[in-house]
Amino acid sequence: MTTDFVPTDYLPVLIFFVIAGAFGFVTILLGKLVRPRAPYREKLLPYECGAPPISDARQPFPMRYYIIAMLFVLFDIEAVFMYPWAVVFNKIGVYGLVEMVLFITVLLIGYVYAWGKGALEWD
Amino acid sequence: MMQAIFIYLATVCVVCAVLTVSLRQPVYNVMALLTMFFHVAGLYVLLNAEFLAVVQIIVYAGAILVLYLFVLMLLNLRSESRHLHRQWPFAVLILGSVAAMLVGAMQAGGFGLPTGEAPAQVIQAVGNTESIGLTLYTDYLLPFELASLVLLVAMIGAIVLTKKELIQDHGEEQS
Repeated sequence: MTTDFVPTDYLPVLIFFVIAGAFGFVTILLGKLVRPRAPYREKLLPYECGAPPISDARQPFPMRYYIIAMLFVLFDIEAVFMYPWAVVFNKIGVYGLVEMVLFITVLLIGYVYAWGKGALEWD
Repeated sequence: MMQAIFIYLATVCVVCAVLTVSLRQPVYNVMALLTMFFHVAGLYVLLNAEFLAVVQIIVYAGAILVLYLFVLMLLNLRSESRHLHRQWPFAVLILGSVAAMLVGAMQAGGFGLPTGEAPAQVIQAVGNTESIGLTLYTDYLLPFELASLVLLVAMIGAIVLTKKELIQDHGEEQS
């Protein structure tokens, strides 16, 4: 593997991840070593604010969640396209603005369609 | 050092990819997938593709994973009791041929050489996000605008496919 590029800027990020991971690991391990262990049935039940659980947590969700997630993915991608655009906006100027307005207009049609079809409603 | 980080990232990627298809609890599969997405982002950083790394986290680890989780809850999957799918011989066959193709391509060479108009040094001088922006919004203007159409089609498609359900939900709640 030839690497002429060493991302030294990311060394703090790496150190951060290592410390964060180690912190989680060590605290859980310490807790496991130190704490007393006296389980009984009620203690092992899933905690639902003190009330005993009624049924299985795995219940089918309404379709609404899917459509919201799908719309979120699409608008997320739209937002991703805006980051490099914002960075180079000073260099490309009005030309870039027109491009982005066109791009957003097309997606706005989808937004209006989604709105009109009631995909954003939640009652 | 770089080699060690690469080996760590690549190993975790492969292990998590295998776990994604082999764990029996659907939510665990998604979590393994999430871990894999993050490590792929790490690989992108090593490849000097910082923007791609961030996009990987925003789009894949953020949005697409949420979509997967919702689909999972929608389908109401129980944990899988059968370990191997009936069609596993076909899967092995296809995977084997793709792997052979990749190994063949790697043996033929071409990796590790600075190719194209913008090798790592050039990109580093301009800035990663900036060079993507400049290329995308000038040379690749048409693909960029077409991408909006693709997104529009996906949006309308998702709504059309779930329209019946949406109306049904609405009707049930009203009655």
